[in-house]
Amino acid sequence: MRRFSERLNLTDVIMFIIGALILLLVVVGSAATLYAGKYTTRQWLDLVVFGVALGSIYALIALGYTLVYGILRMINFAHSEVFMAGPFTAYFLADAMGKSGFLDQNLFVGLLIIFAVSMTVSTIVAILLERIAYRPLRFAPRLVPLITAIGASFFLQYFFRGLYGPNIKVYPEIAFLKNVIRIGDLNIQYLQVLVIAAAALMMIGLQIFIQRSRTGKAMRAVAEDKQTAALMGIDIDQIIVITFVIGGALAGAAGVLYALMFKQVNFIMGFIPGIKAFTAAVLGGIGNVPGAMVGGMFLGIIESIGPTLFLDGLNVPAPQQLKDAIAFTLLVLVLIFRPSGILGEKLAQKKA
Amino acid sequence: MKARFLFVAMLAVAIGLVVSACGPSTPPFQCKDKLGCVDIAPNDSVHIAYAFVTSGENSTLGLDTKYGAEIAVDDKGGKVLGHAVKFDGQDSGCNAEGGQTAATKIAADKTIVAVIGTNCSSEAVPGAPIIANAGLTMISPSNTAPYLTDPAKRAPGYFRTAHNDKVQGAAAAEFVFKQLKYTNVATIHDGGPYTEALANVFADSFRKLGGKAVVEAVNVGDKDMKPVLTRVAAGKPELIYFPVFIAEGGFICAQMRDVPGLEKTTMMGADGIFSPDFLKACGKNVVGMYFSSPDFSAFAGGYQALVDKYLKKYNQKSTLAPFHAHAYDAMNMFLTALENPAVTVKDADGTLHVQKQALRDVIAATKGFKGVTGNLTCDPTGDCADPKIAVYQVNADNFSSLTMPKNPIWKQGQ
Repeated sequence: MRRFSERLNLTDVIMFIIGALILLLVVVGSAATLYAGKYTTRQWLDLVVFGVALGSIYALIALGYTLVYGILRMINFAHSEVFMAGPFTAYFLADAMGKSGFLDQNLFVGLLIIFAVSMTVSTIVAILLERIAYRPLRFAPRLVPLITAIGASFFLQYFFRGLYGPNIKVYPEIAFLKNVIRIGDLNIQYLQVLVIAAAALMMIGLQIFIQRSRTGKAMRAVAEDKQTAALMGIDIDQIIVITFVIGGALAGAAGVLYALMFKQVNFIMGFIPGIKAFTAAVLGGIGNVPGAMVGGMFLGIIESIGPTLFLDGLNVPAPQQLKDAIAFTLLVLVLIFRPSGILGEKLAQKKA
Repeated sequence: MKARFLFVAMLAVAIGLVVSACGPSTPPFQCKDKLGCVDIAPNDSVHIAYAFVTSGENSTLGLDTKYGAEIAVDDKGGKVLGHAVKFDGQDSGCNAEGGQTAATKIAADKTIVAVIGTNCSSEAVPGAPIIANAGLTMISPSNTAPYLTDPAKRAPGYFRTAHNDKVQGAAAAEFVFKQLKYTNVATIHDGGPYTEALANVFADSFRKLGGKAVVEAVNVGDKDMKPVLTRVAAGKPELIYFPVFIAEGGFICAQMRDVPGLEKTTMMGADGIFSPDFLKACGKNVVGMYFSSPDFSAFAGGYQALVDKYLKKYNQKSTLAPFHAHAYDAMNMFLTALENPAVTVKDADGTLHVQKQALRDVIAATKGFKGVTGNLTCDPTGDCADPKIAVYQVNADNFSSLTMPKNPIWKQGQ
């Protein structure tokens, strides 16, 4: 008994109490909302679909943060600008194709071209970023590349502002993608199917690439231990560039999905999704690829469904305004019980 | 020895003062104004500053008012009391931080005699007290939040030519209840002072008339509006009023029809999104949407001439938002007040001395000022507008040509 009380310090107790209180609030709120029965099954399913679609995009961006963190132990805050660069550039193409009617006639080819342009631009920006801003600082103290990343982020934002102007640009509306598939109470737009399927495909592809290919093996080795990997004959610089290329391409693809879903693009569009994706990466366990996917989905769904589910029953006015507060409270909750993120521990054990 | 020296020195100073006072030239100007004076040398220009949002998603609001004020300067020949007018300013970003930064920069510049701004009410909440502390007078052409002219909270020296949203919210509610004959509505704001106050005034007025109104909210910067719209859909409203800004309004409007239950719901916005940029941001869903906004058709005869000059000078329609006329009037109020001898003392060599408190007093005493937006009279809390609110509807032609409708479909009090 005495030993138990010695092990238990005050911080742990307080953290546990906070965690329990949040959990209690979530359970009580959800029960009250569901009991009131204000929303139909269909509306709940809609909310889940919205959340999964948004979560897929968060997950794709989060992969960029988590891959770079895994290998360089550095948070690449300029990644949100890599995400912005692609779709902002591809807008001009999309707009031209939308106006000429090409996009409506050859949707598949048109989308493929937009994706290709966006992913190429984002990848180029990511490579230049690594080359110019990060590589010279590879052996500097950890804070230095972090500050550089923030500086690079601002530079890129205002560079693209200067390039394309400060105003919002609006992606063309594609009528075909607005069609709806109905399965019972579940309604999904083609656009949402596209977003979810494209994201899932890319994530599965990435997972296979990392686990099965030679380069993927090398990436894991560099993440584990740079010096040893170098001694085994792995070209570290090349692996790091490949990491940035993958992260950039995924961000470029995520950007197009985002632009198709929300239409508006501008130079500052990366900021909020970037922060959310970074949160998703931490939530899932930073440095862990499946973790980023889980974290992204979790965050997307909570943002969509959380305010209504948890707070509606408690009669909180206008709860949707609190979606970020809810998302970050749940982040705290997860980190109290699993300090290294949802899937973080597993990786740490494997590494040890 | 020391005492005698002091005495002599004092005597010298006293004699000097007497001599200079009785000299043949007029006595040099002495500033007796409570808030101090701004001295403008013969070749210097009269510096009026703006605090407008000139970049980002809401830049049309800022550029529109900037252009309106610039045309007022042009109409005066670019000069006041023989001095050129210099009109420049700071980007206030349409948020509280931007408003504070812009106000601080303006307050630090001692050459500024008056301020036109801000655009968004959120900017004025922290910005107006900073400008007030610097002894400056500011007139906002587009702040409409009731908070800003609330007697308990108003910063001294703050005036506006824009209408107070107590008027707009009530007018919008009256239109929806009496004209459209709806009884169940929802309203969405973004938590900022302008949008929250307007949404709440609308909802309260609507409930007073006998209808049912739900207030929902999003955050500035939100993009996925489908969750909040799904919440709103649960109440099956006949109309959704969203008095927000272009970015969030565009997302709400564009995603509205994707949410089951809202396929046919009527949409209505306010003056903050009554701009061609909003038509672009929303897309084709915007056709048929209503807007509450100042009634341009009730503006004085000079309004059309103002629009013509605007289009000729800036050669773009896309910035035509509702507040260029209010900015034009605000600038004219300042230029007229500055010409008033009670405010500005002009030396023989052309030097101007602008007395800050006197400027405030003269603006506050504005009565029946013939502006483009109507006959302006400032009440003791700083509301100078002659508010006439109307409702407009966007049709397919407006959408394809990206221009806002010219003629209102409904006017308050008719």
